Order: sequence, then structure tokens, then C-alpha cells
Amino acid sequence: MTARTEAAAATEAPVVIRLAGAACTYPGPPPVRALKPADLVIGRGEHVAITGPSGSGKSTLLNLVGLIDRPTAGTIEIDGLDVGGSPERRRAAVRALRIGFVFQSFHLLPHRTALENVMLAQVYTGIARGGRRAAALTALEQVGLGERSGSLPSALSGGERQRVAIARALINRPSLLLCDEPTGNLDSATTAEISGLLEGLHRAGTTLLVITHNPAVARRAQRRITIRDGYLTEARGPQAAAPDGARRVHG
Amino acid sequence: MFTARRRAGGSSRLRPRDLADEALAGLVQRPGRSVLTMLGTVLGIGGFVAIVGLSQTANGQIGTAFSRLDATEVIVTDSAAAAAKTPALDFPADADARAGRINGVVAAGVWWTVPLKHGAVSARPPGAHPAGLSLNVTAATPEALAASGAVLRSGVLFNRFHQDHAQNVAVVAAPAAAQLGLTSLAEQPAIFIGGQPFTVIGILSGDQRLPQLNLGVIVPEKTALRVWGLPHHDSPAQMIIHTRLGAAPVVAGQVPVALRPGDPLALTAATSANGSELGQEVAASLNNLLLALAGIALIVGMIGIANTTLVAVLERKSEIGLRRALGARPVHISAQFLTESTALGLSGGLIGASLGVVTVLVVTVLHHWTAVLAPGLVLAAPAAGAIIGLIAGLYPALRASGVEPAEALR
Repeated sequence: MTARTEAAAATEAPVVIRLAGAACTYPGPPPVRALKPADLVIGRGEHVAITGPSGSGKSTLLNLVGLIDRPTAGTIEIDGLDVGGSPERRRAAVRALRIGFVFQSFHLLPHRTALENVMLAQVYTGIARGGRRAAALTALEQVGLGERSGSLPSALSGGERQRVAIARALINRPSLLLCDEPTGNLDSATTAEISGLLEGLHRAGTTLLVITHNPAVARRAQRRITIRDGYLTEARGPQAAAPDGARRVHG
Repeated sequence: MFTARRRAGGSSRLRPRDLADEALAGLVQRPGRSVLTMLGTVLGIGGFVAIVGLSQTANGQIGTAFSRLDATEVIVTDSAAAAAKTPALDFPADADARAGRINGVVAAGVWWTVPLKHGAVSARPPGAHPAGLSLNVTAATPEALAASGAVLRSGVLFNRFHQDHAQNVAVVAAPAAAQLGLTSLAEQPAIFIGGQPFTVIGILSGDQRLPQLNLGVIVPEKTALRVWGLPHHDSPAQMIIHTRLGAAPVVAGQVPVALRPGDPLALTAATSANGSELGQEVAASLNNLLLALAGIALIVGMIGIANTTLVAVLERKSEIGLRRALGARPVHISAQFLTESTALGLSGGLIGASLGVVTVLVVTVLHHWTAVLAPGLVLAAPAAGAIIGLIAGLYPALRASGVEPAEALR
């Protein structure tokens, strides 16, 4: 506890994510302990990469942090709100307003233009309809796609599609940008372009949590966390291991 | 700018306008599929509107064809005589004149079937061979013939003179005339009824209201009374009244009192509605069959919407996952799919109702009929379509709300 408080104070930034003993066990038979009890603190403005082999628990961690799954033990706080056990209506509101999702397969609706895809992220926020189009256009300009706002996803390249998805994730100015293999479907040139865009967003103050297989993408992050068999390990500046075998990870 | 967002107790929302936009986008993006999905509802609702509209229109036409006769006819029966064991006549001698004075009556007259033995009518004198014909002999006043709408082929009808003086004259229906060998009235031919000679003065081509006159022989009422006496209780006297259009019910109420002020219950007056009631029953059972078919089309349409919506839910799992990640709650997902299926049903209902009305109009114009269509039906049809869509969407919406976002986003 003390260590984390000190760490948070040291970065002098408010905490965006705080996992305390958060674990996820999928009911069997046999029960799968996808994520062992983990502690993780991410401060505002940090750029964190999570790497690990398939089946290591990366997706489980992402689903917990993204409030898509609930932890079976421990707590999760986002912006200081304990959301691990909150009712679904509140978790949905946190997803809508505080978390921006970027997926490996983009998840753009095929029959809607880039602009309409970005605007979809505002539908469940309760934001007034009036300013949405302008906000979506601003978000598209932010990712360098202002000129292609009227294009359908089928008319866009892979990199452009992921830019639209990033614009959609940014439009509500979330506390956290959660990227799940953002370059998994892209060639190396486009990968560099997208990771450059993410780095730019980080420099502009966005908090980034990137799950990736790609070492080049992971290297761009300030902090690199490895996950293996459900255990988290911080590559840089490891602290004392927790008695139960999980490592406390913090800045 | 972040602090403004730090509301502790917020919950995600879906505005009605946004819900409508999202649902409509879901339908418009797959126009071909939406149209095919609507087809069952279109056919069902259109069938309903067309069948009900056509049957209403057809009933209207049948009504105008038959009501001319039905609505202008009153039959007065001698109910006391029918109950008696002896021959009786409860109509007064001046019954025709009394009934004729009632407002709304065009013509009114008494008639009855004369009870005669078989073979009573013959063109030859009594005793000649072969024996006579078994023709229906009717006693009628001249007014009864006028009221029943008797149409002559040749000669004349008997008149007040023949009636008052109980002349032995007869009018013969055309088929009976042929059987009796009467071809021309120029020779003033005679026939024998129960041995009595009668001069044939007219041949009848037909009668609108009294079909029994079409086959037999008609003699003046007074003559029948003089020769054969009072009508038998098996075939008591009746009065047929031809009224002006719409006056029949009123006349029926007044005529027993006008004829028998002292004992109006001896006579029973009735307007003839039985024929049209039967017709309506037949039409109703036919309509029920067609409506059942349209109902089956509606159920098939509902299953179609349910099936397509369910397929859409399975197809759009990743969209559902995305929406959940963007802050949609399960209830928002359900609402979207329910709205889509309801909109499908509503559109199907609107198109179906329009096609149904057009069908009714086309048939009506082709038959030179007057279209009759209850406006309530046309307005209710789209609402029925919407309800069908809503019901069809219930199960798919439930399935959609149960989609696990973690699985759907994988």
C-alpha cells in the first residue's frame, strides 16, 4: 500500500487505473485462473505496454480494465471510482465516457462513413446531439483523416481504418485509451505509422494502455509489463514480489 | 475538462432520437433484406384490408340489389286462422282498401292458396279424359296482384269489377298455360277448375314477390269465396303489401291495427329480412375462411420477421460487442433490435394497407361498384403490423441483450 501511494505521489499525477488483488477465474469445470491476483497502478499520462504470449491472460486483463468482464476477486478503480462491483448502468457509463477502445480488427460498422463510425461513440453518452458532428470531425482531423470523413470503411486502407477507430476512441476525451493489438492486422510500415500516432497522442497527454505482440510497438512505451501464466511482471525497475507470487507493479 | 466528467453516479443513456436513428440505419443499410422480411406482413395486412374491404363493398352491392324488394315488402299472415281447426278468414272484406290508406303503402292485397283435389284443373269439361292437371290455384284480389308485381304476357289482369261481381275469370301463368294448351286468348278460352268453368283473360309471364303464382292459376278472391268458401287452415290467407322504400317497418307496425282494430293479434305482420340474413351468413362464413388465410399469412410474416431479426442478431454479434464497449447497456441493445423489428412490422403494415386499399379500388372500378371501406380498419392495419413486429422481435432482442461483449469482441 505504502509503496503504491508513494509511487503515485512520485509521479505527481492522479491515478487512472488501480488494480488491487484483482483476479479473474473462469468457472469450469475445470476452473481456469486466467489472471492471478494482480496489483497495477497507472497514472495519468503514462504510456504502458503489456506483452505476453497467447493465452497468458492479456485479454482477461484488458477485459477487466475495460469493464467488459468483472473480477472474481480484488478491486478495480478507474479515476478513483471503484467500478469492479458497480451495477452495469454505472460501468456502462464509465466505458462510454472514460475509456476509449481500439481493437485489432477495428470493429467499424461497414455501412457507415468514417464520420458516422466516430459519432457512434457518442450515442450512449447522453451528450446533446447538436455538437456531435463537429466533435467527430475534430477527432478525425486529430488522427489526420479530416479529408476522408465521408468515406466508407471499405474505401479506406487498413491504417486509415485504425485511425478512424482511434478517432472514435478519442472523441469523448477518455481518461484511458485501451488498445488491444492495435497493429495486429497491419503491415510494418502502417504499424510504424499507427504507433507513431499513438506516441503523439501520449505526448499530448493521453493515458495509453497498449496490449501488443509487437516488440517495436512495446518499445515505444515508458513502461513495459509482461504477463505470463496470469502473472504480471514489470520489465523496468521491478519492486519486491508479493508473498502470493504476484508482483506489485507500479511506476 | 476531465473534472467535468467525474460524475460519480452517472449511467449510460440512449436518447429516443438516437434509438430511432440507430434502428432505421440498421434497416436502411440492408434494404433488400428489409423488403423481403416485410413481405409476409405486407401480404397478411394487405390481404386483411382487401378481403374485409371487398366483402364490405360486395355486401353493399348485394344489399342494394335485394333491398329494393326486401325493404319494400310486408307480409301479413292470418295467424288466428292458422291456429284454428276450421276454415277461417280474419281479413275484413275491405282489407285491401284499409291497408291501402296507410301512409307508405303502394299496394296491398289478400291472397291464399285454394285447397283443391289433385287433377282439379283441366281444359276440358268435367268427366272428360284424361283427368285434369294438379295446378296450384290461388285466390287473390286485384290489389294483391298489383302489390306482388305480377307481369302479364298477354291479355289483362282481372280487376275490381271481376272481384266485386265474383266473376268466373282466371289468369294463368305461362307454364300452366302451355300445359293446358292455351296459346291464344283471342277465342276467350275456358278452363275448368274443380268442375267450374272459368274464362281465361290473361297469361302471366312472372311475378316478383309471389313465386307460387308463376306456376299456377289465379282467380279473383270473391269468386274463390263464392265457389270454395273460406281458406283452409293449412293454407290461411295472407296479405302482401308493397310499400315505399324504407316504410316497411312502420307499415308492419300499423297494419294489424288498421285491419283488425278489435283484435290486432289475429294478424301478424313481418318485413321480409330472412333472405338477406341468410345471404349475410353465407358471406360471413366465406369471409371467415379468407380472413383465416390472411391470418395465416400474418403469422408467417411474424415468423419471417422473427427469423430475420434473429439471424441479424447472430450476424451482428461484433457490432453488439462494440456497442457494449461504447457504453450500451443490455437494455439498449434489446431496445434497438425491438425498434428494428417494430419498424419492419409498421412499414409492412403501411405498405400492406395501401396495397389492400388499391386492390379494393381496382376491383370496385372494374365492377362499377361503390367502394365501401371502414376507415378504422385502414388506420388499424399499420398499428397491427407494428404490434406483430414488436412481438416478433421479443425473442431476438432477448438473445441480443444476452450477447457477452468479451466473446463478441474477440
